[in-house]
Amino acid sequence: MVPINLIIKADNLVKRYNNLTAVDNISFYVKEGEMFGFLGPNGAGKTTTMKMIQCVSPKTSGKLEVFGMDVSTHQREIKKYMGVVPQENNLDPDFTVYENLRNYSRYFDISMEEAEKRIEELLNFVQLIDKKNSTTEYLSGGMKRRLVLARALLNNPRLIVLDEPTVGLDPQARHLIWEKLRALKKKGVTIVLTTHYLDEAEKLCDRLVVMDYGKIIVEGEPSQIIKDHIGTGVVEVDNYPELVECLQKSDSIYEVMGDIIVIYTNDPVHITNQLSMECSLDKMTTRKATLEDVFLKLTGRKLRD
Amino acid sequence: MPYIQYLQIPELNRRLLKVWLRNKDVFMKNVKLNFLPPFLEPILYLLAMGFGLGTFVDNIDGVSYAQFIAPALIAVSIMYASFFECTYGSYVRMYYQKTFDAIVATPLIIDDVIAGELFWGATRSTINALVMTPVILIFGLIDFKYAILIIPFAFLGGLLFACIGMCFTAITPNIMALNYPALLFITPMFLFSGTFFPLDVLPETLQYFALAFLPLTHIVRVIRTLAYGSLEPFIIVDVLWILIASVIFFILSMNLMKKRLII
Ligand SMILES: Nc1ncnc2c1ncn2[C@@H]1O[C@H](COP(=O)(O)OP(=O)(O)OP(=O)(O)O)[C@@H](O)[C@H]1O
Ligand SMILES: [Mg+2]
Repeated sequence: MVPINLIIKADNLVKRYNNLTAVDNISFYVKEGEMFGFLGPNGAGKTTTMKMIQCVSPKTSGKLEVFGMDVSTHQREIKKYMGVVPQENNLDPDFTVYENLRNYSRYFDISMEEAEKRIEELLNFVQLIDKKNSTTEYLSGGMKRRLVLARALLNNPRLIVLDEPTVGLDPQARHLIWEKLRALKKKGVTIVLTTHYLDEAEKLCDRLVVMDYGKIIVEGEPSQIIKDHIGTGVVEVDNYPELVECLQKSDSIYEVMGDIIVIYTNDPVHITNQLSMECSLDKMTTRKATLEDVFLKLTGRKLRD
Repeated sequence: MPYIQYLQIPELNRRLLKVWLRNKDVFMKNVKLNFLPPFLEPILYLLAMGFGLGTFVDNIDGVSYAQFIAPALIAVSIMYASFFECTYGSYVRMYYQKTFDAIVATPLIIDDVIAGELFWGATRSTINALVMTPVILIFGLIDFKYAILIIPFAFLGGLLFACIGMCFTAITPNIMALNYPALLFITPMFLFSGTFFPLDVLPETLQYFALAFLPLTHIVRVIRTLAYGSLEPFIIVDVLWILIASVIFFILSMNLMKKRLII
């Protein structure tokens, strides 16, 4: 049963740039209060999908509704309740930190007094209050990202769309952003994000999709996806031709990834025993299966451009 | 017809004022520096050309050379202010600063952004006229009577050049290519629009060409008439020409920009 309180609903959504199909007939939904992730290699179509949700890039065909409204006819209404963190920072270099927010709040018809109050709150929230009067050009990458997040929250959005919110940030800054996103989720804000950090997606997202070549190839809860595609554990061993032969005889599921072999399993102990007995192998690493394993298994190891 | 798409009537929403306000706020941050050129330029030009070069020139139509070029200086400044604001200025905001992208993530749409930019360009022209006219008045080169009308007229003339400039911004492949219209369109206009010598010394065909295709010609004619303290009826034709051209280029520039930015 699909619940009724859907914040985003996409049906057979397609986006073509001239001959290139960037988003190829995808369907998905995002429930209210959910943290929803888009993963996928470079060029998979994540940003293109975000831009259609943000009502700035018109869809080629299909259906896309945000807050129950059609993106092609209700842009202004939808954008009023949405916060956007774009892939590329677009802070206004002509303004200071404070002026950036002050100016942006005008676009949302927020009154002067109300804006002052919210700016103060938000700068505290993203820990930039000391930088209030700095020029944005002189902020570090992490500070810029936090300021963009603060800017996206000015209008108290019901939905925030973040395109790679933690790209290029150090672990401290990433953790801070995660913490802020969780705090927002607690307040009932619906969050949609894209990321290349699979640990991030695994930690944060209630549900996610993996896109590749414009299509959705997997959809579901992170833990369930891992279980379905990999199992609970992974055993990694060095790659020898004899070992491959030995593995072929057993019925284990494995993948050769350059100089290592990755074996997917629900029973790592059994596999390690089997390997050391039958294949006379003693150097093995056992670890928990992660989203990264699923990602690499499904999208392959080939580099995208 | 593919051309029809460039003539769709754009949406004009009051939210365009917010884009105008954004540009005004940036302008006000450097207000002193921004006011300097329109203040200084007419003084320098009048000293060098009006009173220097002018000593070698007989009266033109019964006025001194300084009096002849003073209104043209205002007209040229109107052209420069909005044309450059809506070419290089808008291009930098659109392409390098991604200001437009940031704005359209809010309840504003691209129509509001472009219209706001155009009206801001026209405002830059008006500000220049507002600074220059009193300076030239002090030199005693403008009749006081209709001088005040130059200011609102500067907005209209400025809007025309803002819209023309925005058309080039919409089709330019990069910022360097904006040098072409500046060099091939604006510079000849600066020289051949009845600015520094009367149009009627040109061959007749060139005169008609200037009147038909060089917008600055009409702006110079209107401001010169106002500056001489007369309200000749012929300026109705000039004002109409500017109005019609403004509407056409406004619609065209909005559609061209939407074509470029909505992808
Ligand atoms: N404006 C555009 N014009 C033409 N093609 C485009 C445009 N924007 C994106 N594309 C193409 O669409 C495809 C999807 O791009 P998109 O930016 O959505 O990928 P992405 O998943 O966000 O990638 P990344 O992880 O690198 O950000 C790519 O092949 C890209 O080259
Ligand atoms: Mg992207």
